[in-house]
Amino acid sequence: MSDAATEPDKITGATPDRADNGPVLSADGTPLKRSLNRALRAQKIRALALIAPLLLFVLVSFIAPIGDMLFRSVENQIVRDTMPRTVEALADYDAAAGGVPRDEVFEAAYYDVFFAAERKDHTRLGSRLNYEQTGASSLFRKSGRGIDDIGEVYQDQFEDLNGDWDEARPWAELMGDPDWIAEQEGWDGDGRMPAFELRSEIAEILPRTAETYSIFARFMQREEGDSPLEEEPWSVVHTALYQDLAAGDVSSYSGPRADMLRAADELVASPDFKTISFRDGFEEIDEDWVAPEIWQTIKTYSPAYTSGYFLNSIDMQKTPEGPALRDEDERIYGLLFQRTMFMSLVITLSCILLGYPIAYLLSNLPSSKANLLMILVLLPFWTSLLVRTSAWKVMLQQQGVINDTLVWLGLVADDARLTMINNQFGTIVAMTHILLPFMILPMYSVMSTIPPSYVRAAKSLGATNWTTFWRVYFPQSVPGIGAGSILVFILSIGYYITPEIVGGTSGIFISNRIAYHISSSLNWGLAAALGTILLVVVLVLYWAYDRIVGIDNVKLGG
Amino acid sequence: MKLSKTLLATSALTVAAAGAYAAGHGMADSMTLVSWGGAYQASQQSAYVEPYIANNAGVTATWDESSAEAVAKLRAMNEAGNITWDLVDVVAADAIRLCDEGLALEVDHDELLAAAPDGTSASDDFGDLIVSDCFIPQIVYSTTFGYRTDMVPAGVEPPSDICSVFDLETYPGKRALEKRPINNMEWALLCDGVAKEDVYDVLETDEGQDQALAKLDTIKDQVIWWNAGADTPQLLADGEVFMGSTYNGRLFSAIVEQGQPIGMMWDAQVFDLDGWIIPAGLSDDRLARVNDFVNFATDTQRLADQAKFISYGPARASSAPMVSQHATLGIDMAPHMPTDPNNATNTFLYNYEFWADYRDDIDAKFQAWLAQ
Repeated sequence: MSDAATEPDKITGATPDRADNGPVLSADGTPLKRSLNRALRAQKIRALALIAPLLLFVLVSFIAPIGDMLFRSVENQIVRDTMPRTVEALADYDAAAGGVPRDEVFEAAYYDVFFAAERKDHTRLGSRLNYEQTGASSLFRKSGRGIDDIGEVYQDQFEDLNGDWDEARPWAELMGDPDWIAEQEGWDGDGRMPAFELRSEIAEILPRTAETYSIFARFMQREEGDSPLEEEPWSVVHTALYQDLAAGDVSSYSGPRADMLRAADELVASPDFKTISFRDGFEEIDEDWVAPEIWQTIKTYSPAYTSGYFLNSIDMQKTPEGPALRDEDERIYGLLFQRTMFMSLVITLSCILLGYPIAYLLSNLPSSKANLLMILVLLPFWTSLLVRTSAWKVMLQQQGVINDTLVWLGLVADDARLTMINNQFGTIVAMTHILLPFMILPMYSVMSTIPPSYVRAAKSLGATNWTTFWRVYFPQSVPGIGAGSILVFILSIGYYITPEIVGGTSGIFISNRIAYHISSSLNWGLAAALGTILLVVVLVLYWAYDRIVGIDNVKLGG
Repeated sequence: MKLSKTLLATSALTVAAAGAYAAGHGMADSMTLVSWGGAYQASQQSAYVEPYIANNAGVTATWDESSAEAVAKLRAMNEAGNITWDLVDVVAADAIRLCDEGLALEVDHDELLAAAPDGTSASDDFGDLIVSDCFIPQIVYSTTFGYRTDMVPAGVEPPSDICSVFDLETYPGKRALEKRPINNMEWALLCDGVAKEDVYDVLETDEGQDQALAKLDTIKDQVIWWNAGADTPQLLADGEVFMGSTYNGRLFSAIVEQGQPIGMMWDAQVFDLDGWIIPAGLSDDRLARVNDFVNFATDTQRLADQAKFISYGPARASSAPMVSQHATLGIDMAPHMPTDPNNATNTFLYNYEFWADYRDDIDAKFQAWLAQ
């Protein structure tokens, strides 16, 4: 806003309305500035209200989902969310140096994998990490099945000592607040279960056990809808109990089940008590756990946001030493991006070459003939994309119409039929045909506004046909070419169906890989990264076009 | 309230015990079933959906032909918190992935599914085919080769060995192979001197993967790569290729129903499974209906009935002896089953565990190799 508009009453000097040197007043006595502003604001609000439904629709159904999808290209909370303790314990692990982490990490991983397996989250993390390290998927699946073995070592011994250690009720009495037990007993099955509460002093005596038991009890209540009074705890609670008993002293405890706890403490202190280190437990599940690779991968992908997907989408990968190029036999995206750009350019050019004469004809023929021609242009436009693509397959294949005709004419030997499909040539032909209307229509609408008198004037001034066309007509039709080219080019770099059907191996586009990662490999992060790159490339090209040609020179009509 | 619930539960049990599943309490009266379309879905419709609806008046079943994109769509539905599907037909590899992602419900096969007529429990009757806790097997199909009988060179035996795919001298002509590494890599190694039992050990290594790609390289310029199962029968019918891999049921219909001059080469056919999964997060009434339907649709008789309409083997051991004749053509179906002893002399079983791990890695290499 310029100053002149916002501060009109600073003008000094005598005016009829300003005899008192105060603000200009409108008819109802309010200052004119305020009343003008109010009127303007009302207008703006009305305009906004009118476009609000559309704006909201676009925001909700277009911008937000796309933004959400693109955001996945950096999102990586799953590692942190599924294995929070491990990520924390790995904080000082040097991934670049490699090696197997210290025992605390295995301890953390034990608890994380156990809880994840109960929530059935571990396989999801396995699939995520399998994108980065082959074998992670089955490693986590196997670990989910085998993680119980570690805790059962302790569970069995406690149970042999006293069967109550494998019963629900004694555990609940030991860990739970008496008031909560009473409430839980009185719960009649309607509404929410009274949330589990720890006995007040138990967390100081048995910190790990209290924590794991709370997780167990809340999981039972929330996820399973079962009462902790009736469910025997997971083996992970026994492991935690062993750790607490080995580390601390429970002689001061005098609450319920004190004898049972003391007996267990004596058992743990006795030399016969069998223990298993977390590291050995993991090694028994799978030897891959004592190799550095899985830990390096977890460490590398532990931050909540990652550049990994973007690196993957430019044929690089995240390694402990930093980004590195992939092996040559795994590089594909760079090639596909280049090919997509190149082929889109070729398709755009061939559309211009084929479309220009048709558009010219359309705009210069008498309207009856032009209408017929227009229908011929629009008819394929209204036909299903799949039908048109499949039709090209029938035309171009080796036993197809064109090859048959050529063989019949004797131009091509029967055993040397031309390969015109399942390669770049087939893709370019089919896509040019499919996108041609997007070129012809903007060209036609621009050309039909070029006054024929200009051409006549040029000719009457002695210009040749060519000069007339090149110096007078063509420059005026350039905005149509620009609009058509932008349309065709942007449509073709995102094209997917036609290359998939007729592209073979050399004619596929980057969008085919995006589709593969969305629907087959489920690697949505990588698909989002590839999509983001494609979007940025389009925006850059659009910007470059604006700088070179000028976007004002693009006309879709009139 | 408690009383009424107990009453409800008791009455539901009584109804169930009486065998009158129809109009059971708390069951939704419509289902959306997801399948592959085409002849396969038609066989499901005839073999179990129509009989089920006949037994349960008022229940409607809607088909959605989305099995090919089921994994991605279920994930999207799950994220949106609106599951519109009740039962989804997927191949076993997808079932494993859906189970891993927590998108499919884990089921207790013995509790959910009917026992065999002789009392064998469902889990024993299906045996090894229960490859995931979420997976309810229906059929065994195989990926195998068909060839044009009229394009076999004169004086040469028709191909009967998987390695004839790689033998361009004896059997010139184009081949159709699926545009993915699975199966192709195994066949390549088999024909490059690797013993059948060592194939996956070799394929685990970089050298093994390179070896397989090198073998495929020898026929690369003669291969048309397909994406959809219908491509190969079409390419064979057009004479575009001499031989091509696809699902055995597709070749069956091209040969028997359409009378195309195509021969089956069962050698080194790869067995795979197809079955149901129940999406996670269904409401109780919908789940009750689906459980009831699945129990009916996967019993011994229903799975045997399905083989009247399509040449895929029933997944239950107890169904196999009951496989009879084609419903309209009246031919014996047994010789067309991939599991028939004459066809199954040399077979391969899809290695789910291996491909779950190596799929991303080998696919990247395979696609890079294709693009070169």
